[in-house]
Amino acid sequence: MTSIADISHAPTRTKPGSFTPSVGGIERAFGPFVPYLLPIGIVVLWQLASSIGWISTRVMPAPVDVVKAFWSQAASGALLANIEVSGARAVAGLLVGGSIGFLLGLANGVSQLSHKLTDSSLQMLRTIPHLALIPLVILWFGIGEQAKLFLTSLGVFFPIYLNTLYGVRNVDPQLIEMGRIYGMGRWTLFRWVIFPGALPSIFVGRRFALGIMWLTLIVAETIASSSGIGYMAMSAREFMMTDVVVLALVIYAALGKLADVIAHTLESRTLQWHPAYQKPAGE
Amino acid sequence: MAAVIQSQRKFTASGRPIEPHFNPHVRKRESIAPRTGVALRISGLEKQFGATQVLKGIDLDVPAGQFLAIVGKSGCGKSTLLRLLVGLDQPTAGSIEFTHPDGSTTATNSRIVFQEPRLLPWANVVENVAVGLGRTAKDPAIRQKALAALTEVQLDEKAGEWPSRLSGGQRQRVALARALVSHPDFLAFDEPLGALDALTRITMQGLVERMWREEGFTALFVTHDVSEAVALADRVIVLDEGHIALDLDIPFDHPREKGAPELAALERRLLDVIFGR
Repeated sequence: MTSIADISHAPTRTKPGSFTPSVGGIERAFGPFVPYLLPIGIVVLWQLASSIGWISTRVMPAPVDVVKAFWSQAASGALLANIEVSGARAVAGLLVGGSIGFLLGLANGVSQLSHKLTDSSLQMLRTIPHLALIPLVILWFGIGEQAKLFLTSLGVFFPIYLNTLYGVRNVDPQLIEMGRIYGMGRWTLFRWVIFPGALPSIFVGRRFALGIMWLTLIVAETIASSSGIGYMAMSAREFMMTDVVVLALVIYAALGKLADVIAHTLESRTLQWHPAYQKPAGE
Repeated sequence: MAAVIQSQRKFTASGRPIEPHFNPHVRKRESIAPRTGVALRISGLEKQFGATQVLKGIDLDVPAGQFLAIVGKSGCGKSTLLRLLVGLDQPTAGSIEFTHPDGSTTATNSRIVFQEPRLLPWANVVENVAVGLGRTAKDPAIRQKALAALTEVQLDEKAGEWPSRLSGGQRQRVALARALVSHPDFLAFDEPLGALDALTRITMQGLVERMWREEGFTALFVTHDVSEAVALADRVIVLDEGHIALDLDIPFDHPREKGAPELAALERRLLDVIFGR
């Protein structure tokens, strides 16, 4: 059986004897900057097309205008305030939804009774797209902070719950048997065998959760909010300020990437034992 | 324990010990040295899984410190017997009784070495050995003991390594150190060398034998390799469809020269019984 964890942790490093594309002139000339060639090229083309007049600024602002918008928004202090608000919402949603999902996943992975009691109900709830609750959530909470917290928590909950449960359930039974023979009690068995064994899968859940966290936040801030990056984009739309709208997209992308980098750093620190996170011997 | 080893050695006039296995063939066992392991008495042991009766009344007396090997075809019940002895399963009928050298029958410190090393991949080598003590190697006293056990299996320089960086034979040596670190008085082996290559097996057989001679535990060695059983054990039992088909004494001193004609004869006899010839 191939697990979710197996796929995402499959070693990406090159093994001896595996196919390695030959190193050509471009790679020798640009070295580590090769991945950035394509996005930079697109931005340059985009700027050219805007300057010549092929793209109307009402459809798409020129990259230079986006940079200008960044400066003006940053100078007024509005940008930083909006990033702070959105960032705080994201972190709060991840903490609340993530903790509940993690604890329930552990409980249902370890306890048969808890699993029977709650799992099928949770699986039923999972089939409802959480963004479909927006009308109801606005009725309940208005457009206040609770609405955003509720939606992001709900969105983050399921990937963490499912992957924690899966991780705990798929810990090597031979290791658990070994632990029992070597006299480990329930708590020691959990701390030494079950939890570390489930950790790679829990991290996969967190990666998924980060994606859903931003998605939910963007939608919630766009539809029902009076602050945050989504709100900044929506109010700019009213004045046809396409440069600010695109700036909001860029900020979302940067925040998403930042969250991913932090998550990945934590993973490779914690999972040093995992062959997929080790440098090949001899390096 | 040192005295035990001394008594098995012969010395030249200059005081240099002559290793017994340098003699042309294996040497007849002169006496059974006193050991520190537990004695084991199995009577009327039965095990049933659903409608299948795997063990059909096993009676067996194992003196303290004996190296007992169990051989037999797949499905003969040898692994089931081992699981019952270390308490992984409960027997359907019959009893298992451990008696310590002082006559007490209190709980036994028994350990098991599996076919797979079963090391915790997220713990380094020394922490894995500390599992055998039920503690973490962050405690300096525990770490000291774990390192000593690693030195015994010649892996002390790998103490900080992740198990995934070790070879199959090295992992199995770590598993052996983990089993030995608490100085068990009963050690069960469930085909521990079955997954290793032929050359590593020979090294590991020597290691298992040396550990047994030094530590003095009672050893139960389940294997499907008859020549391995004959080379290592004091006594070999053939299990066949849940019965003891043969109980054979191997009356030679340790360590033994592999492939000696005396051993080959015993090996042939065991194979004849296993295949019903």
